Amino acid sequence: MNFKHKYLFLLPGLLVLLAILIFPIGFTVRLSLSSWDSFYPALDFIGIENYVRLFTDDARFWEAFGRLSLLSVTTVFLQYVIGFGLALIVWKEIAFQRFFRVLFLIPMMTTPVIMTVIWRTFFHESLGPVNDILSHFNLAPLWLSSETLSKFTVMIVEVWQWTPFMFLLLLAGLLSLPKEPFLAASIDGAGPIRTFVYVTFPLMAPISIGAIIIRLIEASKIMDTVYVLTSGGPGTATETSSFYIFIKGLREFQFGYSAALSLTYLIIMIISFTIIAKILVKLMVRGN
Amino acid sequence: MRVLYTSLKYLAVVLWSTFVIAPFLWAVSTSFKDFQSVTNGATYIPWVDFEPNLEGWRALWKSPAQGGVDIVEPFFNSVFVTASGSLISIILGTLAAYALSRFTFKAGFIRNGDITFFFISQRIMPPVVLAIPFFIMLGKFSLLDTLAGLIIVYIVLLMPIAVWIMVDFFNKVPVEIDETALIDGCNPLQAFYKVVLPNSIPGIIVAGMFCMIFGWTDFFFSFILTFTEVQLLPVAIVALNSSITPWWSLSAAALVSVAPLVLVAFIVERYLSKGNLSGALK
Repeated sequence: MNFKHKYLFLLPGLLVLLAILIFPIGFTVRLSLSSWDSFYPALDFIGIENYVRLFTDDARFWEAFGRLSLLSVTTVFLQYVIGFGLALIVWKEIAFQRFFRVLFLIPMMTTPVIMTVIWRTFFHESLGPVNDILSHFNLAPLWLSSETLSKFTVMIVEVWQWTPFMFLLLLAGLLSLPKEPFLAASIDGAGPIRTFVYVTFPLMAPISIGAIIIRLIEASKIMDTVYVLTSGGPGTATETSSFYIFIKGLREFQFGYSAALSLTYLIIMIISFTIIAKILVKLMVRGN
Repeated sequence: MRVLYTSLKYLAVVLWSTFVIAPFLWAVSTSFKDFQSVTNGATYIPWVDFEPNLEGWRALWKSPAQGGVDIVEPFFNSVFVTASGSLISIILGTLAAYALSRFTFKAGFIRNGDITFFFISQRIMPPVVLAIPFFIMLGKFSLLDTLAGLIIVYIVLLMPIAVWIMVDFFNKVPVEIDETALIDGCNPLQAFYKVVLPNSIPGIIVAGMFCMIFGWTDFFFSFILTFTEVQLLPVAIVALNSSITPWWSLSAAALVSVAPLVLVAFIVERYLSKGNLSGALK
């Protein structure tokens, strides 16, 4: 189907998006080649100096990136396993099925930063309920001020917040699966585990890949939660890439350098997602 | 075996439900506390562990000068920005998605798929990358610290979601619907408006819900791009999270801000159970 006014439909949206985005992207490229900071706020030209500094003299950026990879891959993996498990449970008959479906969706509807404020009081080391309960066992873990444990706390909050999104995509997928393969499996006498391995999981592979990629993309932007929960601390123990760029750009006002960081980070992200998508497709669709 | 499986299943559901509900229960309980019952260690049950009072809730309606937190104005700012941003994104996104689903576009090496990808790929962009240029750009147009400036930014945030959901949705609406309308003498604009659009309400509602969720829950852009004139709800609440935090009013404010979208969970579930969502989400 075709007609001459087809651009009337496409162009308004496309042009609005381009108009809002062209300047920021172009400007970031130009900014990354300048030394704009709070002492010298002007668009001079220093070539690729920022990029040289980034690749040779900024361990903190690469550490933040490593931490981000660890956080996002671990949390997305947990979200996928838990979300798939919950979706499988409420997919079949279960008491209060609709109640649990609603309940499992609720965390993704809440504002991450606001719930993080609550989580901060929840994990408060002397006044919070977690350590109050643990104190009966003579434990007082430093949820927010220990270097290792604070990473774990960020993960708990992320898993609470975003498992529902995984759950939603996977449950919607399960509900749309055709009935016939399951009938065939039960005629062949396959038990629940074999049915899952040979029928459900392969049928869900495309949806799983989509869901994991979407969540990885969103998880790679983690920063609100970190800002509110630990402010990247203690020290830099929970600092992610976005948060580091935020500090360089909007706290220390090194606009030029942070633009270089942004672009490098963006390009690494795009390359990683492409590779991850390819690997996931190989791993999960192999059976079919 | 069967019994074991069933009990494991219910155990898992109960454990996860507890985890989901825990922070809410804690927030509800905390919102009725006062200074005493917060600073003397954790307390849980009103009347048993502590004497409840309504100070935390009353503070929501008081001005900061009277020791309140005044979230009424930020609440309506948030409603306005989220609603306007979502509405514009849905209108522009639905039109573009319809075009991408029905017509063929060709410009050099660019095809429909590439244009769709361009829209959706905006979600990959980390907010922090756009924050500085937006800051400078909005400053140039004197739109920093205004509702209009935020709405512009929200369009970038939300239109990709609208396009993503609507392209998939239109791909599942049979082309015959459009063709019948055309044969009946409608021009393509009328066919879209009179026939396709009414048949797309479920998709539009799903897209609208997702725009609302991602708009209402955004923090970063309003945090960077507004200061004193305009304040959105998440920024107002996080501002309370200072060194001497009034946990009671903080909890009450958090519950108020989270409540409206919890209703969305019920709508999403209805769509899910009726099978309308699976088509729109895949």
